[in-house]
Parts: sequence; C-alpha cells; structure tokens
Amino acid sequence: MHNKTLAELSAALQQSEVSSEELTRHLLQRIQSLDGKLNALVTVTEEHALAQARQADALRQAGNAGPMTGLPLIHKDIFCTDGVKTSCGSKMLDNFIAPYDATIVAKCKAAGMVMLGKSNMDEFAMGSSNETSFYGPVHNPWDLDAVPGGSSGGSAAAVAARLSPVATGTDTGGSIRQPAALCGVTGLKPTYGRVSRYGMIAFASSLDQAGPMTRSAEDAAMMLNVMAGFDERDSTSVEKAVPDYTQTLNDSLKGLKIGLPKEYFGEGMDQAVIDVINTAIKQYQELGAEVIEISLPNFALAVPAYYVVAPAECSSNLSRFDGVRFGYRCENPKDLQDFYERSRGEGFGAEVKRRIMIGTYALSAGYYDAYYLKAQKLRRLISDDFHKAFEQVDVIMSATAPTVAFKLGEKTDDPVTMYLSDINTIAVNLAGLPGMSIPAGFVNGLPVGLQIIGNYFDEQRLLNVAHQYQQVTQWHQQSPQDFA
Amino acid sequence: MALSKEDVVNIAHLARLAIDAKDIPEYEKNLSNILALVEQMSQVDTTQVEPMAHPLDAVQRLRPDEVTETDQREHFQSIAPATENGLYLVPKVIE
Repeated sequence: MHNKTLAELSAALQQSEVSSEELTRHLLQRIQSLDGKLNALVTVTEEHALAQARQADALRQAGNAGPMTGLPLIHKDIFCTDGVKTSCGSKMLDNFIAPYDATIVAKCKAAGMVMLGKSNMDEFAMGSSNETSFYGPVHNPWDLDAVPGGSSGGSAAAVAARLSPVATGTDTGGSIRQPAALCGVTGLKPTYGRVSRYGMIAFASSLDQAGPMTRSAEDAAMMLNVMAGFDERDSTSVEKAVPDYTQTLNDSLKGLKIGLPKEYFGEGMDQAVIDVINTAIKQYQELGAEVIEISLPNFALAVPAYYVVAPAECSSNLSRFDGVRFGYRCENPKDLQDFYERSRGEGFGAEVKRRIMIGTYALSAGYYDAYYLKAQKLRRLISDDFHKAFEQVDVIMSATAPTVAFKLGEKTDDPVTMYLSDINTIAVNLAGLPGMSIPAGFVNGLPVGLQIIGNYFDEQRLLNVAHQYQQVTQWHQQSPQDFA
Repeated sequence: MALSKEDVVNIAHLARLAIDAKDIPEYEKNLSNILALVEQMSQVDTTQVEPMAHPLDAVQRLRPDEVTETDQREHFQSIAPATENGLYLVPKVIE
C-alpha cells in the first residue's frame, strides 16, 4: 500500500479498496518502525492524523469526498500548524506551538488531507545537507551514512522511504530540488508568488517558495492544484488563475525546445552525473524534443549574489526572534541587552548565526552599495540571461546537483564548499522561475536528479515534460532496498 | 575581505548575538571565507544595471484601510515566555 502513488491511493480510496483510517494506520506504523534509522520526522501527529482520517472516511460515506480526501501527507516543520509544534529545526522554536495554520496547511486540510507529522529540516531552512537541524541530521534512505540534501531533507527522505506519498517543502536556493535529487524523488519549486508564503516561517522573503515533494510528476500536479493560488495575506502572492495541472500531463512533447546551458555541464560537475543527464536528454529527443545549446553567462555569479541577498534578508527576518513574545528565552538575564544577546546566541545554531552575521555586515552603514545593491544588480543580469534563453527554448535542463549524495560530516567544516553544492539550483530562485527535479538514474547506487527549469508560471509545461519522461522510464519507481 | 576579531565582535553586537569567546576564531575564518566568495561579484561591471528587488518586479498591493483581523491577544500570549495583565514581561529597562 505504501508503494502506491498519490494518484493510485486516491483511486483506491474512491473505490473503497482501503479506508483513510487503514491507510493512515499503516503509514504511522511504518513511521514508528522505520524512522529511527532516518530521523526524517520531528513530530508525529498520530491522534491528529487518525481524527482527520476518520473525518475523511465519514465525508466519503456521506458522498462528499473530493479527489484528495483522506490522502496522507507530511508538512515540513517550517509551516505553522495550529496547535502543533512548529520548530523550523531550531532550538529557538523548540517550544513553539503555532497559534494558526499556514495558508497551504489550511488548504490541505480543506481538501481533506491527513497530516501524519512534521518533517526535519536544516535550521530555519539554512543548509544543503540537513545537518544544521537542532534535532540532528536526517539520513539518506539510499545510504544511511549519506546526507539527504537540504533544507527539505526530512521531507525528501520520508517520501523516498515510503513513509508518506507526499511531503511539502520550501525552496530558497534549491531546498526542494536538491534533496529531491539526492533522495530520488520528484520535487517542484513553483514560480515565486504562485504559492502563498503566509504562515511559512520566513528565511529570505524575495526567494522563498513552497512546493510539493512526491514520487511522480502526476502526484506533484495533484498537490500543486491544492497548494497554488492567490492569498491576500501574502503581499507577494500573485493574482493569477490556477489551471488544473493534471489536465496537460499527457500533451505530446513533439517540437519541445530544450535548452542545455553549457555552463551547467562544465567545471565542478561530476562526469558520471553528466553522463546520466545526457542519457535523459537523449530519451527526450526520442520523445520528439529538440535540443539547443544555450548560454547563461552569469551562472558563476549566482552563488556569490545569493550569499548576500539571502543572508541580508535572513538577518532582517530573524530579528523577530528576541525572546519576548514566543520561542526560546535565556535564563536570568542581567539586563535587556544580555537578554536579547543570550536568547538569540543560545537559541540559534552556528550556521544561522553565520548567516545573520554576514547579512548584518552586508547591510551595515557604508557597505550597502558594495554588497546588497551590487547583488541586486547581479540578480538582474542573471534574470536577464534566463529571459533571453526563454525567447529561444521552452525549458532548460541540467543536473539538479553537481554530485550524488555526499557523506554525513563531509562538508560541515567548510561552509563555502557546502554552499557550492547548490550551484545548479540557486540562479532559479534569484530569477523567481519555477524548477523541478526528477529522478533520472543512479551513480554508485545513489540517485541522480534531472533539473527542468521553466518560464514564469509555466508549471503546467514542467509537469507535462516530467510526466512524459516518467511514462517511458522507471527511475521514479525505484525504492531504497531497506524501505521497499 | 578578511575580518578581524574586533569585526566579528562588532557584527555579533549589531546582530544581538552572544558569541562564546572560544568560537571567535572559527567565525573569523568562516565569515572571511564567505566574504571572499561574495567578493567575486566585483568582477562584473554593473554601473548601468537596474537593481532587482523582486523577481516579478511587482509593486506593493494596497487594500482599503479597514479592520480585518480580530483581537486574539490572549491566544497569542498563551505561548509567550512571560506575560502579566496582557503585557509581555522583559528585564527592567529603566532604573
């Protein structure tokens, strides 16, 4: 039952082959017996899940069930969940019981979905390996000594290990796509503004975007149908009609123009990973697509620009954690200054502190032009490169990450090396474009992700392109041996 | 740009972060490395480039100035570390 996709489970529920309560109990049982090896969940909401499942079954009995009613999911612990701990992977929020639901959480509830729990993540979504979490690292189900990627590492590992057919994630510089690649699942980062950020704990507000992590493109389409849409509570939410993303999955790829940016196939990329990607591209040509070499000349500047924009915005956003209204508060402060400094110093982990300090420095008097303004100008150049490319092509493809999953502890001593593991994903966030990662093969038994980048609000095409590949390949159906 | 010990202490103070003295050398090294990465930005001439603050170049949406939220003070203060009579408690600020 746990190997079924969301679409298959939806059919099974509709045909009464299984009840939502049975499905929920089965997955809760799996979480209980298997998550000890993975550490993918911070909180398991058993009672909550069973209550929601019974409610879903009652709705179905009464003939009021929709396509998502009774389907289980896990939310990344960055989304506020009313009455349930929302830690964001931090000691700062270890005691935080969210007083309201994030918009996407409310939407999933309204669709009748059942929340199994909250997934582990890098602290405040800052990391590429899930090793900065206050709750310890998540282990990759394909190799328990390897990282799952980050920051949505718990969500990726949970979906790969069949603990849930779907989990939500967020992506500021690759945090959905990179762990999806490293764990062999399908991940979609929508266009900036497509999915509401209300109730999603902010890291870098001009980059953050929520999306689904699933085992197929079809499932991602079903989830995006639930998650997407205008929200007046998010000032950057875009007022634009939401199509039914499942309707265009079967469109033909004949004549599709795929751009291959030469910069993404050069230095720093593992050749074995590139070989897997080239094989996938050939498969697309067999499906009728045309391949065009393109150039995104400012590619190498994306990581430097990102490490100004993201820390600057994080230093502002995280100033709200002051120990006064919620979250961690230090013991016996001697005065107000000591109170702030120790509450924050003790509540935040090392990587979060580093980023707050870089951001504080970049925004301090006299440095604004050299750092933040300069980075915003580079952001324009990076974005213009994509605009030009999309005059020529429909989608852009590359590897999602330069290598397969690396070992736990391998990059923790050197933040800059860790940052460069997001080199292929970061530019997409700076430009605000949608991007996906889908499983495309293996290197040394570890999954490789193919990144597909689309034009603004072209999620329909991304999902169509991913789905067509999944109709002729089986990579997305592979499951890690110990979690089959 | 390489940061000195004094820079690290100053930035930590601006950010209101207590840092252990023994961790300062580590911050000096790591923050300097990150700034060296960031400084690759200066390779590009951007004099004529318009800065980009928002991916879609959107402008702030306005709404009528009407009360839309209800008062939930007790609910929100139920998760506060310390409150009294509807106020948040902090260490004494004025002697």
